[in-house]
Amino acid sequence: MEQARYLILEDGRVFKGKPFGASGQVTGEIVFTTAMTGYLETLTDPSYYGQMVVQTFPLIGNYGVIPEDFEGAAPALKAYIVRNWCQEPSNFRSEEDLDAFLLSANVVGLWDVDTRELVKIIRERGVMNAVIADSPDLGERALQELRAYRIERAVEQVSCGAERTQRAEDGKRSVVLWDFGAKRNIARELLRRGCDVTSVPAGATAAEILALRPDGVMLSNGPGDPAENTGIIRELGRLCEARVPIFGICLGHQLLALAQGGRTMKLKYGHRGANQPVQERGTKRVYITSQNHGYAVMTQDALPKNAVVSFTNLNDDTCEGLDYTDLPAFSVQFHPEACAGPLDTRFLFDRFIRLMEAAQSARA
Amino acid sequence: MPLDTDIKRVMVIGSGPIVIGQAAEFDYAGTQACRALKEEGLEVLLVNSNPATIMTDKVMADHIYIEPLTLTTLERIIEKEKPDSLLSTLGGQTGLTLSMQLAKEGFLEAHGVRLLGANPETIAKAEDRQRFKDTMLEIGEPVIPSQVVTNVAAALAFAEEIGYPVIVRPAFTLGGSGGGIAGTEAELREIAGNGLRMSPITQILVEKCISGWKEIEFEGMRDRNGNVITICSMENFDPVGVHTGDSIVIAPAVTLADREYQMLRSATRKIIDTLGIEGGCNCQFALHPTSFEYAVIEVNPRVSRSSALASKATGYPIAKVAAKIAVGYTLDEIKNAVTGKTSACFEPALDYVVVKLPKWPFDKFVYGKRTLGTQMKATGEVMAIGPTFEQAIMKAVRGAEISLDSLNLPKLKDKPMDAIGRLLHNCDDERLFVVFEALKRGISIEEIAEITMIDRWFLHKLNRLVAFEQTLERDGLDDERYLEGKKLGYPDRVLERISGGRVERHLSAGYRMVDTCAAEFEAQTPYFYADYACENEAAAFLAKHDTGKRRVIVFGSGPIRIGQGIEFDYASVHCVWSLKQAGFEVVIVNNNPETVSTDFDTADRLYFEPLTPEDVMNVVETEQPYGVVVAFGGQTAIKLTRHLVARGVRILGTPADSIDAAEDRERFDALLSRLRIRRPRGQTVKTAQQALVAANELGYPVLIRPSYVLGGQNMIIAFSDEDVTEYMGIILRHEIDNPILIDQYLRGTEIEVDAICDGEDILIPGIMEHIERAGVHSGDSIAVYPAWNLNGPLIERVIDHSKRLALALDTRGLINIQYVIYENEIYVIEVNPRSSRTVPYISKVTGVPMVDLATRAMLGEKLTDMGFGTGLYQTPPYVAVKVPVFSFEKLADVDILLDPEMKSTGEVLGIGKTRDEALYKGLVAAGYNMKRRGGLLVTVRDSDKG
Repeated sequence: MEQARYLILEDGRVFKGKPFGASGQVTGEIVFTTAMTGYLETLTDPSYYGQMVVQTFPLIGNYGVIPEDFEGAAPALKAYIVRNWCQEPSNFRSEEDLDAFLLSANVVGLWDVDTRELVKIIRERGVMNAVIADSPDLGERALQELRAYRIERAVEQVSCGAERTQRAEDGKRSVVLWDFGAKRNIARELLRRGCDVTSVPAGATAAEILALRPDGVMLSNGPGDPAENTGIIRELGRLCEARVPIFGICLGHQLLALAQGGRTMKLKYGHRGANQPVQERGTKRVYITSQNHGYAVMTQDALPKNAVVSFTNLNDDTCEGLDYTDLPAFSVQFHPEACAGPLDTRFLFDRFIRLMEAAQSARA
Repeated sequence: MPLDTDIKRVMVIGSGPIVIGQAAEFDYAGTQACRALKEEGLEVLLVNSNPATIMTDKVMADHIYIEPLTLTTLERIIEKEKPDSLLSTLGGQTGLTLSMQLAKEGFLEAHGVRLLGANPETIAKAEDRQRFKDTMLEIGEPVIPSQVVTNVAAALAFAEEIGYPVIVRPAFTLGGSGGGIAGTEAELREIAGNGLRMSPITQILVEKCISGWKEIEFEGMRDRNGNVITICSMENFDPVGVHTGDSIVIAPAVTLADREYQMLRSATRKIIDTLGIEGGCNCQFALHPTSFEYAVIEVNPRVSRSSALASKATGYPIAKVAAKIAVGYTLDEIKNAVTGKTSACFEPALDYVVVKLPKWPFDKFVYGKRTLGTQMKATGEVMAIGPTFEQAIMKAVRGAEISLDSLNLPKLKDKPMDAIGRLLHNCDDERLFVVFEALKRGISIEEIAEITMIDRWFLHKLNRLVAFEQTLERDGLDDERYLEGKKLGYPDRVLERISGGRVERHLSAGYRMVDTCAAEFEAQTPYFYADYACENEAAAFLAKHDTGKRRVIVFGSGPIRIGQGIEFDYASVHCVWSLKQAGFEVVIVNNNPETVSTDFDTADRLYFEPLTPEDVMNVVETEQPYGVVVAFGGQTAIKLTRHLVARGVRILGTPADSIDAAEDRERFDALLSRLRIRRPRGQTVKTAQQALVAANELGYPVLIRPSYVLGGQNMIIAFSDEDVTEYMGIILRHEIDNPILIDQYLRGTEIEVDAICDGEDILIPGIMEHIERAGVHSGDSIAVYPAWNLNGPLIERVIDHSKRLALALDTRGLINIQYVIYENEIYVIEVNPRSSRTVPYISKVTGVPMVDLATRAMLGEKLTDMGFGTGLYQTPPYVAVKVPVFSFEKLADVDILLDPEMKSTGEVLGIGKTRDEALYKGLVAAGYNMKRRGGLLVTVRDSDKG
């Protein structure tokens, strides 16, 4: 019989499972995603840095491993927890199975876990820390470590190391992608729309970015507590002063709000999945979106004075987007670049292009 | 936008009789829609010719017309009732086509009736083959190279151009009637000719055959604000080439990476948006297995069979939401009934998979062509929910009423290897089992995939079951393997059979909730499915919602098949309602996604599970009911009785032993002689040899049927030794624990009685007479109420016989008795102390709520206290005729001659002041073209001559 492994939650609950992928004891923050497809994008999404991801869909790995669908160079998550993983994947692009991939990427996997029960606990108790270990009884030290675990300095761990430019086939304008752990498809959406994309590390300053003379700046998604990034928030404030068109996604959205005097809060268990409905103010149109975030921008009194809410989550009324009244800037909490998830809000990239065009013609 | 206040009086058109391609799913959809409209305070006016439906119940609409679904009738009703709007998208193809015709003629506009849910422009774009193709090409959605033709020559020319094989699809037909795949010119000549005849507009589509591509469906929904959601994706186990209604289906799609999934989801959105649908819409795609190439195969701009499946698979009430959208609401304004908190504008996330298995009528039509193609042949389906494909397919198979409890089809076991290899090439109803056997024999997955084009994902999953069974057979049963077996979906008795061992400690199932959101939000849906080694959410639900009421479980009737249709769902649902009314907490167990009974708000709790002994005992263990009801779920539920009694479960109503007393030949004969009631002479046999002896003793013709089977499954009339030998062979092919009955066959007038008995008195709402000779199955006969060939004294004797029989069988509830009047003498043919096929029909025409009264009688109430009297209920001043509807045009090589084996798939009702008028209406409703001129074809089978 396969050796059992254990998932021990911060609140003491223990789940028994079986190992796959890499071995070893690992601690992280446990979160769940309800997306039914897109496990490869999830595994390689840098925003999952420091987290253990539980898939609610019980059959994971059906279509194997397809490197061209990766959203980051390597998995940033701490561990991967599923009900069943597929040992005989079937898809014309599949190159290997999930076990082999997790092993080579050094990600600890756990399967045969009652993920529905686990998710219900996370839903009721909120996001918490957890450890995967060979024994259900942790020593005092490991327990302390478990309780003390915090995701810190996450952005710098997943940001690009150095500046890098990707040229569009027919480059009409240039965009700086401020990389806080950017998913690859953000750049692809921009390239597709004739933008040369220059990624800059999270630690870049406003001056360095402006020196690249961008037509617009794209603020990427990324992991961790947004408020922790005080340096970035400061530089972002300066960048706004230059009135360069800005489009923020996910963490980028939160950082922009913080830079404009807003506040963020941690959600009980976040939004992670591919079925989150958001409603656009004014048109009342609802879009189904891909989401992955544990924090949200606070609204009402805490909202930046120059911001209005553009999108609201239909499930819990949280802020899903902001338009800035005195800046050529807007941002969304969800992922218009999808991957994984619905492509319904890709039009926001077109809006960004129009914003840059407007700024260009104003300059001319 | 909230409710459109201009809408006050809505007409809803139902789908008419159950035929292949249009089954009970439209009763489910129509019922949900009517309820949703009434919830809005709207006046609902319903037209449907099918009496066996919940939707034609008094409570469902304000005005109900059980009338033929023809233009003339609808126009007359519109003129009389003056509705302000017409909801067209919930009555299947029938309702939609009629609505469009009314709109196109300008009739609706002239009478100030607004069309809701669709506009003729939209429908034409989706349904007219050429316009559909043009529309798709305009928006850049790929379609399969095809051409619309109106004659055979043009079909041949186009096929020459694109190359064979080609598919023929007739325009405007149900379930693809008259279509097919042609591999040669000769085949195309035949299929095209047939298709052109079947199409009401003499139009067919000839298209390139893309057999072997993956077939994927998306169920979408759009509102007038342009919000579009996709509710569920589905992937067919059988690749393109087999009609989706005949395919095994898994939801959600499993072999698509997110990129392919989003590609098709986006295409769905674009199509729905372009067509401007307001309501539900189904899009079917073919996806190349090794590239991103795809094609839109079909779009159904209405609620469909697939949407019923998607609805039950996800918990999302598609028909209800579609109805609300039709009257003005937008998706964000409608609540998600499951969570009660979130809105209906979202996409369900599943944390399980669903498998649908079609139910084919080939057990009835033993000479029917079993090959599956573009023309749907299934009469019904079962759905199963599980955490894995393996568990779900195992559940689906054992719940499909095909005498199987695993994927091992006994008749394949002794077939030589090369025969199995050959069978793999047949695409028929047994392919799943042939594939399974092939895997058992060691034929490689690669080879099977090459031949069948079934995705390797499915083959690997089946192979896991094969590997498990082989290990089990070799190494026997231990705790670990037992648990593995349970998780893979094996009942104890199969584990024991394969291992040869005993299950020492039985493991009961736990239950998980279907909540539309994969547990992301707290839900209170009382909708459960079984799994193993999990927390029991149903038990937790019971603890949390303890009402202190006594619980009753009602067992449903499983898949729709010939001989057991929607009537039993009707009865089950009414029983549930009456029990609720009587203060019980009611639980339903059923596995048919097409029905009203499997809506999670019909009973207090729904367990979507197969109706087999172990599965239902699991539910009993969790629910700990006061009692259970088996009398309304047809044969499926009745079959459970013995097992339940053996486990000490209380059966409410007529004692289980009475069923035995009515079925067991010797006991029944003893009972009749005690009551001095006659019956045709008969004998009980177990082998073909005994049958021959018995038949010769009784004298031909004789009636042969298995016992313990409701009204005629496998029942036939034999005229000779050859007939007996042949029929016995067929009957014995099924797994039969009970003896076979052979009766003398009397050619007289057949009458039928449904009665309610409280143990002291009976109430007979009405006596029916069959128009056809006795010997045609009662379900296939045209039944007339009231009976017209009985004189006063005979009626008195029928009442007397019925009462004595009901009391002698200690009936508490319904009883169905069939008599034959032969030379002015009454003979009993059959007695069934339970609900029958005619109950909805008689309930509706007499106004006696039979299931309600029967349920109350079952609970101990007396008929004398119910207000409908005892004896024969008053006869109304009109005549009602029940006309069966057949689906022969869908099934090749089936003998359309009627005999004691039931062949009809549905029925309609005609009501008139005279018998002639009622019969005329009934025949029109059933689709017979009544003309004043015409010829008469008389053919006589040799056995009927002389």
